[in-house]
Amino acid sequence: MNNVQSSVMPRQQPASVSGWRRIEEINIFMVLVGIALLCEALGWIFIGQSFLGNPQRLTIAILQVSVIGIIAIGVTQVIITGGIDLSSGSLVAMTAMVVASLAQSEGWVRALYPSLMELPAYVPIIVGILLGLAAGCVNGLLIAYAKIPPFIATLGMMVSARGVAKWYTRGQPVSGLTDEFTAIGSSAWPVAIFIVIAIIFHFAMKYTRYGKFTYAIGANSQAARVSGINVERHIVKVYAIAGMLAGIAGVVACARAQTAQSGMGYMYELDAIAAAVIGGTSLVGGVGRIAGTVIGVIILGLISSGFTFLRIDAYYQEIVKGIIIVVAVGSDVYRSRKRLKK
Amino acid sequence: MHSIPGPCPIGSEALHSQMQDGELLRASGISKEFPAVRALDDVRFELRRGTVHALMGENGAGKSTLMKILAGVIQPDQGAIYLKGQRVSLNTPLEALSHGIAMIHQELNLMPSMTVAENVWIRREPLNRFGLVDHARMRRMTLALFDRLKIDVDPDVRTGGLSVASRQMVEIAKAISYESDVLIMDEPTSALTEKEANHLFEIIADLKKGGVGIVYISHKMDEILKISDEISIFRDGRYIGTYQNGEITRDEIVFLMVDRELSQMFPKDNVPSAEIALSVRGLTLEGVFNDVTFDLRVGEILGFAGLVGAGRSNIAETLFGVTPATSGDIRICDEKVDIRSPGQAIRKGVGYLTEDRGLNGSMQVLSVQENMQVAVLQNGFTKVGFLSGAALREACSDMCGLLKVKAASLETPVGTLSGGNQQKVLLGRWLLTQPKILILDEPTKGIDVGAKAEIHALISRMASDGAAIILISSEMPEVLGMSDRVVVVQGGRIAGILDREEATQVSIMEMIAR
Repeated sequence: MNNVQSSVMPRQQPASVSGWRRIEEINIFMVLVGIALLCEALGWIFIGQSFLGNPQRLTIAILQVSVIGIIAIGVTQVIITGGIDLSSGSLVAMTAMVVASLAQSEGWVRALYPSLMELPAYVPIIVGILLGLAAGCVNGLLIAYAKIPPFIATLGMMVSARGVAKWYTRGQPVSGLTDEFTAIGSSAWPVAIFIVIAIIFHFAMKYTRYGKFTYAIGANSQAARVSGINVERHIVKVYAIAGMLAGIAGVVACARAQTAQSGMGYMYELDAIAAAVIGGTSLVGGVGRIAGTVIGVIILGLISSGFTFLRIDAYYQEIVKGIIIVVAVGSDVYRSRKRLKK
Repeated sequence: MHSIPGPCPIGSEALHSQMQDGELLRASGISKEFPAVRALDDVRFELRRGTVHALMGENGAGKSTLMKILAGVIQPDQGAIYLKGQRVSLNTPLEALSHGIAMIHQELNLMPSMTVAENVWIRREPLNRFGLVDHARMRRMTLALFDRLKIDVDPDVRTGGLSVASRQMVEIAKAISYESDVLIMDEPTSALTEKEANHLFEIIADLKKGGVGIVYISHKMDEILKISDEISIFRDGRYIGTYQNGEITRDEIVFLMVDRELSQMFPKDNVPSAEIALSVRGLTLEGVFNDVTFDLRVGEILGFAGLVGAGRSNIAETLFGVTPATSGDIRICDEKVDIRSPGQAIRKGVGYLTEDRGLNGSMQVLSVQENMQVAVLQNGFTKVGFLSGAALREACSDMCGLLKVKAASLETPVGTLSGGNQQKVLLGRWLLTQPKILILDEPTKGIDVGAKAEIHALISRMASDGAAIILISSEMPEVLGMSDRVVVVQGGRIAGILDREEATQVSIMEMIAR
């Protein structure tokens, strides 16, 4: 700071933050470690096994939530703009149905399109991504230009997309997918896809204008507008990207299950919102990070696999999940109130 | 315009051709209508290169609306804007910015969760060759800008953690960083101390040398006379005239700003008694207002004058328990009270007609009766826990008759009534609680003249019936016509209390501008 010649006003001293405190996810990461250690301790006490000592179990824990994780990355961006996306779970089902119908292998008895079999895997993948993108665009246009509140617009999309998923095959599941296609859902591929997408968007939010605009709109949309940002166009982009990620999630989900049915992704939107909120994204907008969301997703995965490992009833699992969400939001409200007081 | 010497309205042909070469921006025939109010009526404005052109007028005179039109934030219904002789259309802030018109906004328009550097360079972030934002360079650019302007703020802190004054300086630096030809400043010093304000004036002097034209809005007369080259005066959305600084005196400016026809009669039949209804001592809400002290007598109408944002409504909210005070004493009828919620305030006999009818007052979809009875439900009209429907209905019906509410029935949704009738319903809400103290915040804002006079008569009658009334109003004639005494609020403190005889538009404006 020595290069400032005259000091007309007292410079605001930056709070002296040491290295590790700079990582804003440290709090939530501690919660993650705490849950893991709790499972470990309870595992030794009640089951007589190590929870963390089994890498396969940990991989499966994340594998189970990687589809939710992919949509949570999009949902986080939407929430940062001050919006909400309820449609992501239904979009997973809709894209999965359409994608599966284009990925069927020859000789399958109940082929949907007998003339379109044994297509190369990239065809259903691209169609799935574009379908999600289109649905997200519709969300964004309704919200930005038709001025329909995000909650309502995406609620409509949530109901309609689920309807499309059921209508597409009159409720029948689609199976008999090619090996080339299902390969992308095999072993740890979904985890890899989730992590790569998370890294891309973590840096996009931090180092691109796309990210800066997203934060700016959520923090103060009027300020963003008078700074010359085309707020409407950017909101469409954000929802379109969220839709696209839901499309990718649909592709991964259907490849991993090796089938598609209209009930897929049920309530995933709420898990995705929960993951974002646990990870420190504020529903008020302007605040949130993809890294936090990733940790939030992993926490959800750990709760479910940890409880299964401890042979605790699935009902308790939901009760605890609910409590964690409320505590996370409660602490967010508390933190933002403290921030306001300053 | 009476006998003001030497007003030389710009736009007269001779002057116009003289300054043709220096002309930077010209707006003519600008009109803008908002629902219920004509904000601008055929106004004009010209700005020359390297000068400061001040706009003056009361609240609601249309200055801010005109500036927002020039900055592309809102669009005029009529009129043309010329930039360096070329006609331009400014449909978005981006178009205005790309034409070289930047604005420092009155309400602090920063993103609190983002850093100073991110705020300054938003949409113009320096990118590296991979198209990613170069934070190091952005930081250096911010430091260079701040060095040039001698602003001492860390580029890396979030703006939400800065003091109000520092935020305002960031906002100023951001507007300057556009390197625009026209810079609009809307009350830039309202959040600054004198020292910081003088710093801003140095910056302005530098910008002038660089040929920038500055449009400057302020209520502070000293500032205007100190830094401006030309002064344009607006009143009630109309253009009054443009004057060279030096050819017009402070008194003449005030006179031109406030002069208006007193078409309304203010009935004045209340006589305050000696008995004190409300006594406020050293009332403070930290960071909002300080050391507010006044007495309100039974049967008195106490006017609260001041600019929007001076803290008048905040004081009212504290008296009503919306935002409890951090220190100070409130006594009602000589009994010390500690009001911490509106419910308590109502039980102590305080009523508060809020400023924003639509936002805080009326429940638009609910009926006249439901709107009217809501404040009295807590404390009366119940029999063993059940509402006494017939008695309530009768009370509301009587009140509608008394207030001459024009509604088809008590079941009519309030949202379908005119502004004046909605306001009468809300007034009825508080009259039903039979308040000892009634606070009225802009009771006639956005109401047509006829209904205004009726409401004024009602206020006067309530006072003569023994209520003590605080009347907050930005309309000078209303404050002057209705009040027994006038409290002038300025910058979160009481600048003075004037008796009816001493209170004039000029004396109040001088107190505010001081």
